[in-house]
Amino acid sequence: MNKTVKYVLYDIFRSRILIAYACLLFLISFSLMSFEENPSKGLMSLLNITLIVVPLISIIFGTIHFYNSNEFIELLLSQPFSRSSIFFSQYMSVSASLSCAFIIGMGIPIIIFSPGTIGTTLIITGLLLTMVFVSLAFLSSVFVRDKAMGIGFALLLWFLFSLIYDGLILMLIVSLSDYPIEKLTLILASFNPIDLGRIFVMLQMDVSAMMGYTGAVYKDFFGSSTGMIYTFLIMFLWILWPLLLANHRFNQKDL
Amino acid sequence: MIKIEQLNKHFKRLDVLCDISVFLSKGQVISLIGPNASGKTTLIKCLLGIVKQDSGIIYFNEKNIKGDWSYRHHIGYMPQIERYPDNIQIGQLINMMKDIRNNVNTLPDEELIEKFELNKIFISKTRSLSGGTRQKVSAALAFLFSPEVLILDEPTAGLDPLSIEILREKILKEKEKNKLIIITSHILSDIDGLASHIMYLQNGQLIFFKDINAIKQEVGEDRLSKAIVEIMKQKKSLYKRKNEK
Amino acid sequence: MKRTITFILYLLFIDILSATTFHIGTRYPIKSIKEAVRLSSGNDSIIIHKGTYRENNIVITHPIIVIGIGAPIIDGENKYELFIISSKNVFIKGLHFKNSGCSALNDYASIKIINSSNVSVIENQIDNAYFAIHVSNSNFCTIKNNIINGLRKQEQTTGNGIHLWKCSNFLIEGNAITNHRDGIYFEFVTDSRIQKNSSENNIRYGLHFMFSHNDEYYNNLFQNNGAGVAVMYSKNVMMKYNTFKYNWGASSYGLLLKDISDSYISSNIFSKNTVGIYMEGSNRININKSSFQENGWAIKVQSNCDENKFHDNNFYGNTFDVSTNGYSSPNKFYNNYWDKYEGYDMNKDGIGDVPYHPVSLYSRIIENTPGTLFLLKSFVILLLDTTEKSLPTLIPENLKDTRPLIKPLVI
Repeated sequence: MNKTVKYVLYDIFRSRILIAYACLLFLISFSLMSFEENPSKGLMSLLNITLIVVPLISIIFGTIHFYNSNEFIELLLSQPFSRSSIFFSQYMSVSASLSCAFIIGMGIPIIIFSPGTIGTTLIITGLLLTMVFVSLAFLSSVFVRDKAMGIGFALLLWFLFSLIYDGLILMLIVSLSDYPIEKLTLILASFNPIDLGRIFVMLQMDVSAMMGYTGAVYKDFFGSSTGMIYTFLIMFLWILWPLLLANHRFNQKDL
Repeated sequence: MIKIEQLNKHFKRLDVLCDISVFLSKGQVISLIGPNASGKTTLIKCLLGIVKQDSGIIYFNEKNIKGDWSYRHHIGYMPQIERYPDNIQIGQLINMMKDIRNNVNTLPDEELIEKFELNKIFISKTRSLSGGTRQKVSAALAFLFSPEVLILDEPTAGLDPLSIEILREKILKEKEKNKLIIITSHILSDIDGLASHIMYLQNGQLIFFKDINAIKQEVGEDRLSKAIVEIMKQKKSLYKRKNEK
Repeated sequence: MKRTITFILYLLFIDILSATTFHIGTRYPIKSIKEAVRLSSGNDSIIIHKGTYRENNIVITHPIIVIGIGAPIIDGENKYELFIISSKNVFIKGLHFKNSGCSALNDYASIKIINSSNVSVIENQIDNAYFAIHVSNSNFCTIKNNIINGLRKQEQTTGNGIHLWKCSNFLIEGNAITNHRDGIYFEFVTDSRIQKNSSENNIRYGLHFMFSHNDEYYNNLFQNNGAGVAVMYSKNVMMKYNTFKYNWGASSYGLLLKDISDSYISSNIFSKNTVGIYMEGSNRININKSSFQENGWAIKVQSNCDENKFHDNNFYGNTFDVSTNGYSSPNKFYNNYWDKYEGYDMNKDGIGDVPYHPVSLYSRIIENTPGTLFLLKSFVILLLDTTEKSLPTLIPENLKDTRPLIKPLVI
């Protein structure tokens, strides 16, 4: 299994899209961090990129890669490997290479300009989101046979997590504003990896608006070590369940 | 060597394979023929475990292949592939195969790599390959480990006559070594002089599986391709009549 | 300052003419402060030498100079008060007060000053007091360069650092106050000046004043206090060069203005507070040349505020610049620098050609439903704000900076 990872990585690392992605991230991060006199404001802008661009690229790249590798995967399947090992090695290759691109593109500028807890948290969150969205990408490409439909479905997933879900939450909070729903929103955050990552990073950033009453509820929870463990646990679940479900389907599937 | 029992497979409403039972043994070169969409590729993929049958059992060396993958150590497969990973080099692709199937006991069989002169283009990326070169690479990969069973899906498609000849010779050589070779092909002349058996599929049904000499006698044709066309015609009319009833 | 010097010169002059000097210490005949005070009469001096004096309820009713040498410790052993002063012309310097009593009924203090004038309390250290310095009904006093550190207990069991009630013409300067209930507390205090003090880590307010008119606050530092700084029901307040920092919490404000009018707030720094300035029922206040950095809300103006002017300020890194609960704004914003301003300056005069609306749609939503803080910095909020910016419908149209600056002011 690990032997194919090496060669798939060879392949992806030379992919123009991946190189472009790393360069783009690097340019944005570098210019944002060097342009802003205040590093925390630069990090705040990078948080927006991490929450919107990273999931989008991860899920699209993951989906396209999977469809393009269809025949190669067939060839690998005719070799003496179990299907799961082929599937997971594909996942590892894609998420490892996207993670590398993220570290080079955003991690290095952050480490140069603003090393510390906040930067590290941002990098970790970016990496976790990369892995989650590659996992979702594989889910969509295994379940949807047609490439165009699969990419469409992946986009829909991204749209759901980055916009629609939050829109619904906004409506929910506004319509339930008479009730104390802070605790409820803690639970709701767990159902969206992007929200979870966003709150996790923001609490590290000491955003002053987060220090009000509502913020205190989040701070109490996510700021504690229990909250930290919970966040990581939920993130790992978000990596695992789509991946395991996809693997299960991949094992049943005709190629 | 390979025993197939009552194999069934359908995609949605379409029956792709119906109740196929056959026994293939060492030393045979089987030409798997049939019109388009007759189920040839599906049958091959079932053998490789790439497609999972609805019912029926496939035995490889008397072992059920279901849920097993180690039997594929003994199979070399040459697929009809249109796309290798874009940015990988041919050399790396071959190295990968050597890496993942490293068999300590036998040296890799690089005869085809040499004869197709693939070493000259080791560093070019697979993206830039022509269809013919891609076929050469696929063939070289399939033969690399001197497997006991060779499955070649449309091996000659896109190859120039010279390369076809190289491949033919290679297949013949392997045949001498008492191996089981399964070839699907549309072009009947390719298999002339190669095949020992003909397996004919139509609409997912195994119409016949016969020794080539028997066929020649039956139809009274000396040239294989003509003989087969003759049979195809017969069967077609038979099949039509059956349907009319 | 000048006042103090004149006062000291005056005292020295008296001393030369007629005063006696009493020395207290282990090597001197008099061992107790109380004893020395009893022996002394008007304008005498008492020099307290290094040592620990376990005494309390030392009552001073005549003019006197008390000077500690080598920071002698006066330990009240958690009972009663230490010094009670009720006289004119008293000077206290260089003492280290410790452990005055704590009581729910009486406002026990390390130094209590009642019905006095011309009292100076200078360069003392006061630890673990209920109230450190408690002044009532006095005038023309100086409290300077004292270090005051309470023991941080609950709000009910800690008094204020410097507490003034019904006073006038005070100078409070250079004191460092920590771990009390309110750092500096004024009620009915007029014509006084508070400068160069620092008030940190207090349980409630760093500075708290009510009904205190015509006072001036210069160069003070208020940070990390439970509820920041609250000023209420006062007129003609002048606040300049102060720093309000790190006041974090659900009801914590850099500066809370409640019913303040005709005041001038200038050249202050508001940094990293949950709310920089919160205004309620305040009128005719001029807020200028101040810098608002990385606050949750730089300014919250309730709709009952009128005719306030915000100009020549810098706003950067605030989550929300301005928020209000009303639909019209009778307050004026002009000539400020806003880091979120995205307009242009065609004629290069340094002033943006399109007005800036400092109230975002999201700040309005969050004002009504605080729970939506959950969505801070999310994509959906970004979209909402951008949409509202291009087609304003919900935010008050007249709350805008008509002359936003392109570059930050040098303040």
